[in-house]
Amino acid sequence: MNFGFTEEQELLRDEVRKFLDEQCPMDRVRELMKTGDGYSPELWKQMAELGWLGLTIPEEYGGAGLSWVDLVVLLEETGRTLYPSPFISTMLAAAAILDSGDDAQKQRFLPGLADGSRIGTLALLEEADVLGVEGIGLLGKRDGNDFVLSGTKSFVSDAGSANLFVVAFRSGEGANDVTLALIEREANGVSAESFPVMDQTKRLGQLALDEVRVPADAVLGKPGEAAAAITRLFDRGAVAVSAEMVGAAEGALYLTVQFAKDRIQFDQPIGKYQGVKHPLAEMYVDVESFKSLVYYAAWALDESPAEAPRSVSLAKAYATDAFARIGIDGVQLHGAVGYTAEYDVQLYLKRSKWARPIFGDADHHYERVAALGGL
Amino acid sequence: MEFTFTEEEERFRTEVQEFLAENLPDDAKRSDPAFLADWNRKVRETRWVGFSWPKEVGGGGGVIVEQVILKAEMAKRRAPSLGNCFMGLAWVGSSIIQYGTEEQKKRFIPDILDGKYQWCTGYSEPDYGSDLASLQCKAVREGDEYVINGQKIWTSIAMWSKWMILLVRTDPDAKKHDGITCVLVEMKDPGIEVRPIENMAGGAMFAEVFFTDVRVPVENRLGAEGQGWQVTISALANERSGIAEVTGMFRKLEELKELARRSRRNGKPATEDPGVRKKLARFEAQVEAMRLNGMRYLTKQLKGEPLSSETSVNKLHRAELEVTMGDYALELLGSSSQYAQGSNASIDRGKWQTGALNWPEVVIGGGTPNIQKNIISERILGLPKD
Repeated sequence: MNFGFTEEQELLRDEVRKFLDEQCPMDRVRELMKTGDGYSPELWKQMAELGWLGLTIPEEYGGAGLSWVDLVVLLEETGRTLYPSPFISTMLAAAAILDSGDDAQKQRFLPGLADGSRIGTLALLEEADVLGVEGIGLLGKRDGNDFVLSGTKSFVSDAGSANLFVVAFRSGEGANDVTLALIEREANGVSAESFPVMDQTKRLGQLALDEVRVPADAVLGKPGEAAAAITRLFDRGAVAVSAEMVGAAEGALYLTVQFAKDRIQFDQPIGKYQGVKHPLAEMYVDVESFKSLVYYAAWALDESPAEAPRSVSLAKAYATDAFARIGIDGVQLHGAVGYTAEYDVQLYLKRSKWARPIFGDADHHYERVAALGGL
Repeated sequence: MEFTFTEEEERFRTEVQEFLAENLPDDAKRSDPAFLADWNRKVRETRWVGFSWPKEVGGGGGVIVEQVILKAEMAKRRAPSLGNCFMGLAWVGSSIIQYGTEEQKKRFIPDILDGKYQWCTGYSEPDYGSDLASLQCKAVREGDEYVINGQKIWTSIAMWSKWMILLVRTDPDAKKHDGITCVLVEMKDPGIEVRPIENMAGGAMFAEVFFTDVRVPVENRLGAEGQGWQVTISALANERSGIAEVTGMFRKLEELKELARRSRRNGKPATEDPGVRKKLARFEAQVEAMRLNGMRYLTKQLKGEPLSSETSVNKLHRAELEVTMGDYALELLGSSSQYAQGSNASIDRGKWQTGALNWPEVVIGGGTPNIQKNIISERILGLPKD
C-alpha cells in the first residue's frame, strides 16, 4: 500500500519546479501569452533536452518510458505556473499513437514528438461540442485504400502551432463506425489556426480539411474500430487537464493566502478574520481532495483500466466545480486589486474557465458517474 | 503508487474475514443483547480489542496496516464494535497508557478491554465548548484529595457510565492551558448529579453533570498537576487516517441510491431525473475523495510521519456529507418524509428522519466545522490566529 510518489518522482517535481521558476516566471508567462503561437520554441527545445516531451514515450522511440503518474507530476507544475505551451496536446497525440498505432507509425512519429520537432494535438471534436463518438460527423470517403476528408474539426488545442493532428472521422454507417488517423500539417488541403482565447495562456482553434487524402498507413488501428480508443483519449485528456488544475488551484490558493497575510485592514492582516480564512480553508479542502482523485485516476489509466472511466470522471467533475469556485473566490478575496490586469490571480480565474469545458464539464462527468454507478 | 497489500497482510485480512463469516451470520440481530454478549465474549478471545495498544498492557500490538484492514473488514460486514467500552477503547485507555501510573494501568486497562463498565468524558462546559481551554470546573487540593465543584455538559452516556475522565481547573492564576488537570472520577460519588438532555431526534444520549464537593483521591490524577491539556491533546494527536469511516459512508450512499431507485419525481422514477443523478454522483465524488485522501494519509503514517491537522479535511467532508445526505433522503421522500417515526404511514419506519436529525452527534461532537476550518487555515496555511 503506497499512495504516494517515489523518490524519483519527487526529484522530477523539484527539477521541473526549478526550471519553470527560473525560466518562466510570471512576467515571462505574460510575455509569451501575448505572442502568436503562445509559447517559447526555445523553452520547448529545452524541455525536449530535459526528456520531458518524451516522458511517456518508450525508450525505443526516443522517450523516457515513464507513466502517466509521472506526467501528472510535471503537469501539476506547469499548471501551478500557468506555463504556456502545447505540452498537453503533444502528450495526448503521443498517447493516441502509443495506444492505437502500429510499430511503423510509432517509429515514424514518436521520436519527433519526443525531440520537440513535432507538435501534436487531438482533433476529435466538431462544432456540436459533443464529447463522444456521437459527436463525430466528419465523413471519410473511401477511395481505394485511402480515405478522403473534407470538413472542419473544432476546438482543437494549439491548432495554430501543431504540425501533427490526430483526427477522428466517420468511416461507415454504424453508430460506432469511427476511425482515427494522423494528418500532417504539410499535407495538401490542410489548414489550421488558433483563435484568441479568454485564457491567454492557452490556444484553441480549428482544423480545416479540403479533400485531404488519408493513406492506409496513416490510419491508427483498424478502420471503423476507434470508438474505444477515442473514449480513452477523452479520459487521458480529462486527467491531463485536471492535473494542471491541481497545480493551478494550488497556485491560486497560495497566492491568495499570501495576500491575506500581507493585506492590512482594521489594523489586522485580513487573514486573521474568519470571513477570509474560512473560504481559504475550504479551498484547501477541495484542492487536497481533487488532488487525490486526480492521482488515482492517472494511476488507473495505466494500471487498472477497468476502473479508469469512473475514476477519471469523478476527478474531472470534482476538479471542475471546485476550481471554478477557487478562481472566483481568489479574485474576490483580493478585493478590487484582484480585478486588475496587473495582479496574477485573474490569470488563474481565466484558467478555471478554460479547464471547465475542456474534455467535459462537471455535468457531463457526473452523468457518466451516475450511469456507471447503476443509476 | 501501489494499491495492493503484502501476502502477510492479505493473510491477516483472510483471518478477519473467516472470523466474521463464522461469528457474524448475515441475519445476526446486531442490537440483540444476547447476540452482543456472545459477540463480545468471542472477540475478546482474539487480539483485536485494544488492537493498537502495546501487548505489555494487554493490547493487541497491531501495526497500522493491520488496524486499517481490521476496521475496513469489520465495517464491510457492519460488525458491532470490538469490545463494549466505547470511550475507554477510543481514547481514555490510550491516555492512561501514555500518562498513567503503573497502578492506574493495572486498575483500569484490563476492565476497559473486558468491557466491564462504561467511561464518559467530562470536557465541555456550558460556557466553554469550542473554547475548551477556558474551562472553569474547579478542583481544590485538600490533603490527599481534590475537592471538585462545577458543571459539565454534553457528556455522552454519563448516565450509564461508572467512571469519567474529567478536566478541571486546579490553578486559576496560571495561563489558561497550564491551569488544567486531568482526573479520573467514579460516578457513584453522592456529589455528582447527572441530568440527561433530550436531543432533537427524541433520544437522550448526553447529559449535564453537576459536581458538588466531590472528593477525588490524588492517586486518581492522570498525569501531573497542570498537565491536563497535554493529556487531552495527545489523546487526540494520534489522529487516524479515517479510512474505516469511509466504508460506512459508502454504505450510506448505497442506501440513498436504493431509496432513489424506489422513489418518484414528477410522476417518473427519481433515477431518471438529471438533478437526482447529479446529486448522487456528487456525493459519490466526495466519499471517494475521502477514501483516497485517507489512503494518502495512511501512506504518510506508514512512512512514519504522524498525522495531525490534515485529518481536518476528511472531518469536514464527513460533516458535510452527514448533513447533506441525511437531508437529501427526506427530499427524495417528498411529502411522505413528514410522517413521524412510529406512525404507520412512515416510510421504512421513519429511519430517514433519524438520519436527518442525528448528524450533530458527528458534525458538532468532535469539533465544529468552523473549528476545523480554523485548524486548517492557521496550522496548515499559516494564517494569523483569530
